[in-house]
Amino acid sequence: MASDQREFVLTDAAGAGSDVLQTLTAAGPEALSWANGGAVRSWRRIWLDTFDWRLYRAGLTLEQVRSGSSQAELVLTGRDGAIVATERLPAASKPEWPRLAAELPAGPLQAALEPVSGLRALAPVARAVSKLAQFQALNDDAKTIARLAVDRVSVTYPARAVLPARLTLVPVRGYQAQAARVGRAIGSLPGVRAGRDSVLEAVLAAAGGQPGEVAGKPSGLQLTPGMPAGRALSQILSGLLDAMEANVPGTLKDIDTEFLHDLRVAVRWTRSALKLCGDALPRGLAREYAPEFRWLGDLTTPTRDFDVFLLGYPAMAASLVGADADELIPFRDHLARSRAAAYRRMVAGLRSARFARLRTNWRAALADVRGTRRPTVAQLADAKIAAAHRRALLGGGKITAASPPESLHDLRKRCKELRYLVEMFGSLHDPAQRWQAVRELKALQDCLGEFQDTEVQRMEIRGYAAQMMAERAAPAETLLAMGEIAARLAVAQATARAQFDGRFADFAGPASRRRMAALARTAAA
Amino acid sequence: MKILATYNIKGGVGKTATAVNIGYLAASDGYRVLLWDLDPQGAASFLFRIKPRVKGGGKALIRGRRTLDDAIKGTDFDRLDLLPADFTYRNLDLVLDAAKQPAKRLASLLAPLHCEYDVVVLDCPPSISLLSESVLHAADLLLVPLIPTTLSVRTLDQLTQFVGGFDGHQPDILAFFSMLDRRKKLHAEIVRDLPEQRPDVATAAIPALSVIEQMSVQRAPVTAFAPRTAAARQYRELWREARERARLPAAPR
Repeated sequence: MASDQREFVLTDAAGAGSDVLQTLTAAGPEALSWANGGAVRSWRRIWLDTFDWRLYRAGLTLEQVRSGSSQAELVLTGRDGAIVATERLPAASKPEWPRLAAELPAGPLQAALEPVSGLRALAPVARAVSKLAQFQALNDDAKTIARLAVDRVSVTYPARAVLPARLTLVPVRGYQAQAARVGRAIGSLPGVRAGRDSVLEAVLAAAGGQPGEVAGKPSGLQLTPGMPAGRALSQILSGLLDAMEANVPGTLKDIDTEFLHDLRVAVRWTRSALKLCGDALPRGLAREYAPEFRWLGDLTTPTRDFDVFLLGYPAMAASLVGADADELIPFRDHLARSRAAAYRRMVAGLRSARFARLRTNWRAALADVRGTRRPTVAQLADAKIAAAHRRALLGGGKITAASPPESLHDLRKRCKELRYLVEMFGSLHDPAQRWQAVRELKALQDCLGEFQDTEVQRMEIRGYAAQMMAERAAPAETLLAMGEIAARLAVAQATARAQFDGRFADFAGPASRRRMAALARTAAA
Repeated sequence: MKILATYNIKGGVGKTATAVNIGYLAASDGYRVLLWDLDPQGAASFLFRIKPRVKGGGKALIRGRRTLDDAIKGTDFDRLDLLPADFTYRNLDLVLDAAKQPAKRLASLLAPLHCEYDVVVLDCPPSISLLSESVLHAADLLLVPLIPTTLSVRTLDQLTQFVGGFDGHQPDILAFFSMLDRRKKLHAEIVRDLPEQRPDVATAAIPALSVIEQMSVQRAPVTAFAPRTAAARQYRELWREARERARLPAAPR
C-alpha cells in the first residue's frame, strides 16, 4: 500500500487554509466526486529516536500517536512509509520518555527496535499536533477508489512552527489506475508540489534542524593536509569540547549509559592529543590543561566502571554454573547502590564551577591558537603516528612470558595512543588504507583489553566482596556466586594472555609494519 | 487463515447477507478479511459497489492464468477486500471438471493468500455441484442458513452426512436460523427447541426484517449502516459463535 501512495504539499494558493474539497472537486476527473470522511481528528504526535539518530540512520521512524483520551500507540515505519510494527501502550500509564527499547512491552515492536537502538534510550526528537481531515474519492458508482488525508501539522518541539498542509492519497486496492489519475490531477493544481520529504523531516526543517545531526561528533572533522598543525589541532580539540558539552545534559539526566561513555571518549581523546601533540600548541597550553582533563576523566571513571558491571550483569548471571542466578542479586543491588553514590559525586563535579571554568577557558584558549605555517597537520600526523607506532613495537617487543601484567597494561596504553592518532587524523588518509593499517592493531587491542579488563574486574569483585561483608550485605551464597564470576574472569584473562604472543607477532610482522609505515608517510605526501 | 463459507442448496435464504455481514464484522474486529463472491449473480459485489467482473473470467482464476491476488478489490471498509463475482462463474463447474483434483482446487488457489488474510469468507451460489464440493473441501467452517422449517432441518442432516463422508479434512458446520418470523408458530417452536437438541445449530437467529432488505438500497452491510437494529445484533451474535467455533486467534490489532 505504502508504495502506491502519493504525497503532496499544499500551499495557501491551493486552498490549504480553506476548502480543500472544493479545490479538489474542481481539479479532478469529471466522473469523480469527493465525500467527506468524517470529523477532523486531532492527533498528538511525538517522534522518537536515539541521541545519535540510530533509527533514522537505519531508515526507521518511530512515532507515538494519541487522539483525545485514547490509548497512545507506537508506530514504527520503514523507509517507504510501510508499517513495520505497532504497539498500544498500557492505558493506565502515561508514556514516559526517554526510555530504552528493552523497557517497552515485549512484542514485534520491541523486537524490531532493540537491535537498532541498543544501549541508547529513545527520546522525543520532535512533537507536533496534527489536525487530520479524511476524504474519499468516489467513482461514478459511488465506490471509494482512493482515500485522501489532509494533514495540518503544528510543530511544538524543538521549536514552534506550522507546516504547509500535507496531502496523502492512498489508492484502494484494485483501483490504482483510477487513483493515479486523481493523483495526477491533484499534482497539476497550482500551488501543489510533490511531498518528497517525510513528515519528520518536514517538522524538523520547519523547526530549524534536520534528522541525523549529532552535535560534536569527534571523528567528523575534515582536515586538509596543508593546514597549520596548531590550527588543525585547535579545531580537533574544539570538536572534542563540542562532543563533551553535547553529552553533558544526557549524562546529568542519566538518560542512558552512552552519554557518559561518549563524554569520556572525548575526554580521553583530548588527553591523548594534549600528551602526544601538545608541542604543536602554544607553549604551556597542554601543560596547563592536561591536569584539568585528567581530573575530568577521574571524576567520571567510577560511574562508568559500575555501568560496565551493570550492563554485563545479565550475561554474568546467566553464565553461572555452580551458583543460581538469584544468588547474585545482592551483588547487583550493591552495584546499583554504589553506582548511585558514584553518580551523585560525578554530577556534583559536572555542575561545579571548576568544570564550568574549564569549558569556558578551554574554548577561549583554543580560539586564540594561531598556527604557524610549519609544521603542517600532515607532517605532524605522519611524525606522531610513526613515533607512536615505534613506541608500541618497542614496548611489546620487551614483553616475555615472565613479564608482569603491568607491562601489558602499558602496551595497551601505547596501542590506544596509536589508535587515537590514526582516528584523529583520519580524514587525511584513505579510509581503505586506514582500515588495512589498523587491522592487526585492533586485534591486539582486543586481546590487551580483555587481559586488563578481566583483571580489573576481578580485583573490583574482591573489593566489592569485602565491602559487602563489612556492610553485612553479602550472604554466603552470594559470595560463592561472586567467586565463580571471579574465577571465570581469571580463566578469560589467562586465555587472553595465551593469545597475546600471536596477536603481537601479527602486529609486529613485516606486512603490518609496512602498512602502518605507509600510513605514516601518506598524509604529507 | 480460516476459511468460512456460507452455504445452502436453496437460494434466497440469506447466504449473501450473512457473508457480507460476517465479513464486515470480522474486519471491524481487526481481522484482515477477503470475501469471495462466487455467485455469478454478484449480489455481494453489488452490495459493496464493486463491478462484478474479473479479467479473464472464472476460467483464468481456476486455471491459474490469473492469480486471485490480481483480481482482489478493496471495499470501502478497512481490512475488508472482495474478490468480485463474474458472470462466467456460471460455468465454473465445467472449468473445475477439467482441472486436476477439482474438489481441492479452491483450497489450493486460496493457499497463497494465507499471509495476507486472517479470514476468507466464501459466498456460494445455491447448488450441489462440483463448485460447492470444492467449497466444502476448502472451508474450515460452513455457515448454513436455515429457514425454520422441518424440511430445512432435513437438508442440514443431508449436508452433515455428505460432509462426514469426506476423506481427510472435513469442515465444521454451524447452522443458524435465517428469515425468522416469530409470529409463525412453527418458526418459534423450531427456534426454541433445535439449538438445545443440536450443538451444530447456533443460538443466533437472523430475523426477517426489512432493514436487511435495505442493504441493497444502502449498498452496505446492515451491521455498518444500522448497527443498533435487532438484525445487526443477531449478526454480531452469529459472528461471535462462528469465531469461537472456527477457533480464530485474537485479531492482530
